[in-house]
Amino acid sequence: MPERERKQKQAPKERVEEDVQVDAPAKQGEELKEELDDLLDEIDSVLEENAEDFVRNYVQKGGE
Amino acid sequence: MAVPKVCGIETEYGVALRGAADANPVLASSMLINGYVEHRKVGWDFEDESPGRDARGFAREGSAPPEIETHLVNTVLTNGARYYVDHAHPEYSTPECSDALELVCADKAGERILARSMQAARRLLGGDQQVVVYKNNSDGKGNSYGCHENYLVDRAVPFATLVRHLLPWFVTRQVFTGAGKVGGENGTGVTGYQLSQRADFFEEEVGLETTLKRPIVNTRDEPHADPQKYRRLHVIVGDANLCEVATFLKVGTTAIVLAMIEDDFIDKDYSIIAPVPAMRTVSHDPTCRATVELVDGGRTSAVELQWEFLRLAQKYADDTGLELCGGEEVGQAVLERWEATLAALERDPVTLDGQLDWVTKLELLNAYRERDSLGWDDPKLALLDLQYHDVRPDRSLYERLVRAGKVERLVEEADVITAMTEPPASTRAYFRGTCLSKWADAVVAANWDSLILDVGSDPLRRIPMMEPLRGTREHVESLFEECKSPAELVARLAS
Repeated sequence: MPERERKQKQAPKERVEEDVQVDAPAKQGEELKEELDDLLDEIDSVLEENAEDFVRNYVQKGGE
Repeated sequence: MAVPKVCGIETEYGVALRGAADANPVLASSMLINGYVEHRKVGWDFEDESPGRDARGFAREGSAPPEIETHLVNTVLTNGARYYVDHAHPEYSTPECSDALELVCADKAGERILARSMQAARRLLGGDQQVVVYKNNSDGKGNSYGCHENYLVDRAVPFATLVRHLLPWFVTRQVFTGAGKVGGENGTGVTGYQLSQRADFFEEEVGLETTLKRPIVNTRDEPHADPQKYRRLHVIVGDANLCEVATFLKVGTTAIVLAMIEDDFIDKDYSIIAPVPAMRTVSHDPTCRATVELVDGGRTSAVELQWEFLRLAQKYADDTGLELCGGEEVGQAVLERWEATLAALERDPVTLDGQLDWVTKLELLNAYRERDSLGWDDPKLALLDLQYHDVRPDRSLYERLVRAGKVERLVEEADVITAMTEPPASTRAYFRGTCLSKWADAVVAANWDSLILDVGSDPLRRIPMMEPLRGTREHVESLFEECKSPAELVARLAS
């Protein structure tokens, strides 16, 4: 009965903290850092060259 | 009285032609659509278009009617969507959907269609030239293009009532709808990062315009449905979202708020003093703690005001149910996600990395700022901002983050692929899309609320579709199975 379920959730903040706790065990700081470094390296390899020119040349006509 | 929240999203994509000296955006946009639509294109029927009609009831004065460019490429797809060139952008309007999750899928299908269009255009162009599109809303130089939402609303609700409640709603929902932007535009002087691509461009509270002096509440009165019963609320303040959670929240929460307005359920006046500057105050503060002043006295942060709306919505769900807001299941999922999001924004917005675009992009930028010691004015950050929105799967930084498992998805990719060609089952888009996939040659033209069929003998037959929730799969699937020709369909519909 959805109505009953809804009435039970009176304390929003606690509920959310519970959700956080059921996450997979947190990765170690170093492991996370390594993952992020790898991701940034991967992104480096697909980034457009010459950021300044590229951004300058992106000019749109207004729309809507 | 609330009516079912049939909804849709129109996205204007940013477009660039690479490798060409003379880059004509209209031509580039046309090439995308022509490249994608291989079958005989079914044209758009402009008979019922009236974008100059104002919801406040008066005729436009002094301002020119918004332009309709009937000569540009404009077509209807088998999924019930409209795909066309609007001004100098490719624009994709999703088919009508009946809930926020269905719309997330339809909107994502639009991105895939644009990606496929780019491949097709590349084949047409040959050489090193390619058309590239971005799902964002600004070029960083003061030019903005929109991502508009549409919701079916009860005609009986006075427009002024909608405006009163929607102004504080639109100002504060930016905390989860924002797609994030480096810097400011339109003279706002932002030097760091802000929540919204669009906030800098709003200059009025209410009005008909969409291209200059943009209003927070747009008054275009073009229902694309029975005008005696319905309005189509045309929302122009939103950002184009890539994160599915952001689109889900944007549409799902707004649908519930509209239903509450229609049912006269909002018993307090949350009006903000000076909503136009308040849009910017909220957008310009990534800590989400800035406050704005209320007409009734006191100050509130956007998140605090959102809690007020959420508590009302939870009460509304208990009292009235969410059947008209996309159904109980989706409606409850919206409420739960909304609550979790507000709690996270209060605690630490960073925890929404992978759910909201503005946080996800900010975290990527912060990682670069730290690794490469970049100041906010470094062009590399502007590039990262732009390329986050690149729609090419191999270049899109958003897609990189998805593939790295850092972004939460709400819909299955297989369903997205299906939604590229098949219409939602739950609205009249089913009728439109099925006619097109079954008898493309007989469909002379189509638009949101009608379809013109050539039945092989004069005259052409117009089939009106003034009820957005008629023509669903449940209504017409067996009819399509039984009819062997468009003529038979027209005869059966008339009987």
